[in-house]
Amino acid sequence: MKKSEILTTAVASVMSLAMLVGCGEGAATTTETSSDATAATATEASAPAGPTFKIGAIGPLTGGAAAYGNAVCNAAELAVAEINANGGINGYQVEYSKEDDELNAEKSVNAYNTLKDWGMQLLVGSTTSACSIAVSEYTKADNMFQLTPSGSAEDCVKYDNAFRVCFSDPNQGIASAQYISDHNLATKVGIIYDSSDVYSSGIYQKFTEEADGKNFEIVSAEAFTQDNNTDFSVQLQKAKDAGADLVFLPIYYKDASLILTQANTMGYKPTFFGVDGLDGILTVDNFDTALAEGVMLLTPFAADATDDLTVKFVSQYKEKYGEVPNQFAADAYDAVYIIKQAIEAKNVTPDMSVSDICEAVKGAMTEIEAAGLTSAKMTWDANGEPNKEPKAVVIKDGAYVSAQ
Amino acid sequence: MKKHDNLITYAVVIAAYAVFQILAATGNLSSHMKGLLVPMTYYAVIAVALNLCVGILGELSIGHCGFMCIGAFTSAFFSKLTEESLPGPLRFFLAFVIGIAFAALFGFLIGIPVLRLKGDYLAIVTLAFGEIIKNVINAFYIGVDSKGFHFSLKNSMELGMEKEGNLIVNGAMGITGTPHDSNFTVAIVVLLISLFVVLNLVKSRDGRAIMAVRDNNIAAEATGINVTRYKMMAFVISAAIAGAAGVLFSHNITTLTASSQYFGFNASIMILVYVVLGGIGNIRGSVIAACVLYLLPELLRGLNTYRMLIYSIVLIVMMIVNWSPKVIEWRKRVTSSLRRA
Repeated sequence: MKKSEILTTAVASVMSLAMLVGCGEGAATTTETSSDATAATATEASAPAGPTFKIGAIGPLTGGAAAYGNAVCNAAELAVAEINANGGINGYQVEYSKEDDELNAEKSVNAYNTLKDWGMQLLVGSTTSACSIAVSEYTKADNMFQLTPSGSAEDCVKYDNAFRVCFSDPNQGIASAQYISDHNLATKVGIIYDSSDVYSSGIYQKFTEEADGKNFEIVSAEAFTQDNNTDFSVQLQKAKDAGADLVFLPIYYKDASLILTQANTMGYKPTFFGVDGLDGILTVDNFDTALAEGVMLLTPFAADATDDLTVKFVSQYKEKYGEVPNQFAADAYDAVYIIKQAIEAKNVTPDMSVSDICEAVKGAMTEIEAAGLTSAKMTWDANGEPNKEPKAVVIKDGAYVSAQ
Repeated sequence: MKKHDNLITYAVVIAAYAVFQILAATGNLSSHMKGLLVPMTYYAVIAVALNLCVGILGELSIGHCGFMCIGAFTSAFFSKLTEESLPGPLRFFLAFVIGIAFAALFGFLIGIPVLRLKGDYLAIVTLAFGEIIKNVINAFYIGVDSKGFHFSLKNSMELGMEKEGNLIVNGAMGITGTPHDSNFTVAIVVLLISLFVVLNLVKSRDGRAIMAVRDNNIAAEATGINVTRYKMMAFVISAAIAGAAGVLFSHNITTLTASSQYFGFNASIMILVYVVLGGIGNIRGSVIAACVLYLLPELLRGLNTYRMLIYSIVLIVMMIVNWSPKVIEWRKRVTSSLRRA
């Protein structure tokens, strides 16, 4: 093979790569332009004189998972702006900065180091599990307080300086199994999960373990991966043939929307039951939301809830970023307020060292009882896990309605 | 002249190392930069490996991250297993041996069928190989307890492990908690060794045979060169070096998952971009291109999303400057007129 041939093939490959990347980012770009503009003004506005608390956030702001990272970073920004407008924490203003990790653990560490150079004292992040685990190795070494809004894998909080706002994967699996059993939702359960995804396979494993001895039976458990997530007819057919009257979907909403569409085409109508990753299914482009009718999901946050806090948050978020916030945003918004509460509990001041702040906030975390968007009552154990009630919602007339 | 050229390559690497070490020692290096040094170096290592395959051997491989993946997983598995029982430096050394050996073994196994193919077909098979490796590793569940190893391709419950057992490879969750052994010095040493191996191979009799195969397969065969042997040799060495990059990778980051952003098609293409833009067959160029192109998006973080745009523009400009015949002609004219003046 001559050099020129290699070159042409390489060029062709690069071009096709560029196209692939282009497709993946299509959904994300719309939100970015608006958030960037506001980010610039917000940082300018919140640069007061005197000592300030510096809070950093990390998430995938570009690429396929940008929806999650942007939700987290936008909501954290919103919370910080609110806190500053109301006089800051303990009278000190808060500075906020966000960095992109492109859903890559390596880049997440780079983002963390960038924030450290900026002078970050407390970290809200990373948004995703694998990134959060990688970063926790470094926050542990620096003894920096880390509160991940949405890193749900067990290992995210294995160090004593790391806490989380969301449920862990195992807890979601256990809670789902208990909920299905307690409410007699089904006798035969089929599962479709993403074996290439940490979140999905983590929930699946715990669900299966917990299902042992419950009043339902798992009749099929079929996997797919991110490389073949377009056709689910085989998995659905297996669940149908096995007579599953409930299909458990511990997956993200994009894949779930396809599953619902294809199940409808097949004429298969079981109850679909999901976890918090399913939140957002009503916002998928070109998805007939009528198909989501009756879908149940365990989620800590429903944008349509009518309590004052949620209504206020949703309207402000909509106004600023032009979309309805999902549970990632709610987790991040809570995370900032939780940090505020912990700082106030111990009278922490910004002139303390990162390590002293961490020790104080860490101590406060196990003592405080926080109320936020994702739960009216949250407490933490020293192991970093939150204690809060899971909420189940059901989709009715294109909106989330509390299932209780 | 050629020997001189190789010395420049080593000198550049050592000088860069010295500069960064001095900056770090005097406290002038931001923690962001410090964190970038090791990744930058292992991407340079794998770029050298791929350049051996693409530039010297002349076979287009777009699955080199697959070898990196094998090196990363086998060595991380070993390190995790012996974390308590072996002292750090020895364990890390053995991890290198294991990672490199397995990558080379797979390079050999893949090489048997693959090197019979030519051109685009080879590219397709290596691409498939990279994807297969990734997916297979994603399905592995391996645990160890007092009864020994447990293995499953289904899920972690199938392992039937004891409560205190240690789940090492957990399917899509990969390996977490690999000891953080990589540092800049080790990475530079690995880079220097890879450069030494590749540059000397190119200079040697074997290297000339490999290049003869690249330039004209039939003529090489007619002069009595064992084509398969030399192709295999270059391919296995290339795979082994990629494995070494994988070892550095897995010991630099604590979460190792076989997902596309690290070991997929896109990642392999990214390495190929380093090689093409650094100059095919130009080993020093690969090292420099890998470093520049890895650092660029990181150093442009301040520009938010615009960095993606700038990165792609730089890629296009580099492509034109390095490869367009008209620009090469123009560059030659400029340099010769400069020389005359």
